[in-house]
Amino acid sequence: MESWDQHYDTLVVGGGNAALCAAIAAARGGARVLVVEAAPKFYRGGNTRHTRNMRCAHAKATHTLTGPYTQDEFYDDLLKVTGGKTDPELARLMIGESEDMLDWIVEQGVRWQPSLGGTLSLGRTNSFFLGGGRAMLNALYATAERLGVTIRYDAEIVDLTIEDGFFLNAIVAHDNKRHAVTAATLIAASGGFEANIAWLKEGWGEAADNFLIRGTPYNKGTVLKLLLDKGVGAIGDATQCHAVAIDARAPKFDGGIITRLDCVVFGIVVNRRAERFYDEGEDIWPKRYAIWGRLVAAQPEQIAYIIFDAPCLEQFMPSLYPPIRAETIGDLAGKLDLDGATLEKTITGFNAAVRPGTFDHTILDDCRTEGLHPAKSHWARRIETPPFYAYPVRPGITFTYLGTRVNAQARMMMADGKPSANMFAAGEIMAGNVLGQGYAAGIGMTIGSVFGRIAGREAARHARN
Amino acid sequence: MHATEALKEADRLMTICNSCRYCEGLCAVFPAMELRREFGDADLNYLANLCHGCGACYTDCQFSPPHEFAVNVPAVLAKVRNDSYLSYAWPPALKLLFGANGMVVGLLTATCISLFLLGFVGWSAGGEMFAVHAGPGAFYRLMSHNAMALLFGLAFAYALAAMAMGARTFWLGSRPPAISPDDAAMAVSDVATLRYLGGGGAGCDVDDAGKDRRRLYHHLTFYGFLLCFAATSVATLYHYLLGMEAPYPPYDLPVVLGSVGGIGLIIGPIGLLHQKLRRGAHLGDARAFGMESAFVLLLVATSVTGFALLLARETAAMGVLLAVHLGVVLSLFLLLPYSKMVHGLYRGLALLRSAAERRAHRQQGNTA
Repeated sequence: MESWDQHYDTLVVGGGNAALCAAIAAARGGARVLVVEAAPKFYRGGNTRHTRNMRCAHAKATHTLTGPYTQDEFYDDLLKVTGGKTDPELARLMIGESEDMLDWIVEQGVRWQPSLGGTLSLGRTNSFFLGGGRAMLNALYATAERLGVTIRYDAEIVDLTIEDGFFLNAIVAHDNKRHAVTAATLIAASGGFEANIAWLKEGWGEAADNFLIRGTPYNKGTVLKLLLDKGVGAIGDATQCHAVAIDARAPKFDGGIITRLDCVVFGIVVNRRAERFYDEGEDIWPKRYAIWGRLVAAQPEQIAYIIFDAPCLEQFMPSLYPPIRAETIGDLAGKLDLDGATLEKTITGFNAAVRPGTFDHTILDDCRTEGLHPAKSHWARRIETPPFYAYPVRPGITFTYLGTRVNAQARMMMADGKPSANMFAAGEIMAGNVLGQGYAAGIGMTIGSVFGRIAGREAARHARN
Repeated sequence: MHATEALKEADRLMTICNSCRYCEGLCAVFPAMELRREFGDADLNYLANLCHGCGACYTDCQFSPPHEFAVNVPAVLAKVRNDSYLSYAWPPALKLLFGANGMVVGLLTATCISLFLLGFVGWSAGGEMFAVHAGPGAFYRLMSHNAMALLFGLAFAYALAAMAMGARTFWLGSRPPAISPDDAAMAVSDVATLRYLGGGGAGCDVDDAGKDRRRLYHHLTFYGFLLCFAATSVATLYHYLLGMEAPYPPYDLPVVLGSVGGIGLIIGPIGLLHQKLRRGAHLGDARAFGMESAFVLLLVATSVTGFALLLARETAAMGVLLAVHLGVVLSLFLLLPYSKMVHGLYRGLALLRSAAERRAHRQQGNTA
């Protein structure tokens, strides 16, 4: 193994999609690259491990994509999900480069597959990794190693020396020792801070103790904090994170996709007081998937219960834990430790308000309640056929928005508005530049690959000069 | 409720995988899984036999050990699959033979060889066994062709009958789907190309040790076996239809087919064994090592003893070599229903079921 004290052209911090695309692009640009990944080898890759597709613009259908997805349409979608909170220049740049990504990522050894099974709705816009995110990572790591990139696991950055926006060296903790690493350029691709509960509490208060973290426990935001403390410009709302409602029985970290629940629209959602608190049928599920984390976070003890009856059981994707089941509403309340009388009252009131209609969960159907607050605007059907089922849910945090400001070279912008001479950022740590709020499936991977490649290319160019 | 711990674990894993589905592009197992929401023992046995053990889903899985969900589909399905061979064995009492299969294969092969040796010495005229024989009909001075054909015909018919009974139990284990000619063609093509030993295109479990070449070695073994079988069939036709008696000259069809197939049947099984030893033990069922290696060695022995006979058939060693070769082949025939050979049977049927189920699902989707 090479020693720590040699000089590298590029130090890449992180080990996910953005980091590896940066490392590969830098190595292809002629740079000597060191990648430091805080996680052990199995957990390498941060939340890329839990991804499965990437959103790329393309002018026509391919063997894995069902139709064209123009740059303009992609841009419109981005404006919709962010409510306009995006940097138009960077967004246009990313979308333009995403078109080339479809081929470039394959050249790095990653394979695409058509969307199958439950993901057909994304078959036109999103390209799926054969075997999912970990398969993608395995391919990228193999390519990086073949290109001579040095990779260190269990290697965490504990300090950075930065003077006037110029990166000098990094202190890396590895094997109970500290090593000073010097490199001509730094690429920060170390994700967000969603696994740092103490930091989440700054935005959410004590409620954050009841949050579940859907992905890697290694995204502590250490590097992000160091950079912001040392004069790098911040972007994105520090108090916000992407949160969905996931099974409350999931592990604290890394439960991944299998703890997801897609049944809100089929039933009602009640809180600890056994009362409804939001319109479960407001809009089609993929568009409302991401509001339920925040809604549940605002409820007592940050827990809620999705309740539905027998006919709904097989209408949504299965998930890891079986639903809690009872023959009567009273028994169900008992099993959930909710007040039985209140739950009976909530469900009776809901059932009485349901108007007749034709159920179709793929469109905004005419099954709705009348005279109920909050209303259920679509897909409202009486909950009356035993057995009755419930899933307990808690907020599941996917990613955070706060990051480092960058320019079109993926170069970090300092708080004083000047570009850094030799520091770049890619992936979740700078996603806030493009994604000020909201989310669209597969866009995190687009940000990672596109800005990773730009950062690697620019870093190699800088190191050569 | 499940019959074994392995089935219980397979149920747990399929519930996890069915909530994830990231591996659905890798092979036939995951699409078949997606057509179900609950996994009874018959479903799990079916999925286990559909699994080719390529290992791609293990290296691609974000939940494989050391993750707390500890997902290892290839290993668990290998256990379920090997257990399923016992439950389909016919007659059921002979499932015992799978218990210490390596020893069973060894003992039966030794017994068959001994019986041929004793038989040749005992029943052929004095000294014939160690004499030099040449020309057409040389082999039949030690054992008449009709006796040979009868013995091997009966052994093979028994094997076919026993395997048919196993196939029946497997097929009726859960409600059989309607089969169209397209489904059968698809299954034959899946078997002939070993489509699902390719990790969906990326190749089998590719790790630091380099590429897994099991598909190549399996092709050599499978087609080698078929060519050897063709050689025997052609020779039987020569004998009864054309009145041409073995041994045949080296350029004649039975010898050419047998030699080409025999080379495959040496390189293939040895390659498979080598790949097995090199491959991480965590991906398979350690209990099955005896069964798998014994079968592979039996195939090699069939070929090696056949070549030995071909090379030395005009010397005094012919009698002994013929006894050894026939002993090995008889053992192979008798063991077809009670050896690793059954994997091909159940996997072929599983692929057929999978083709039919997927077509039915597609058609349902189109009319819905």
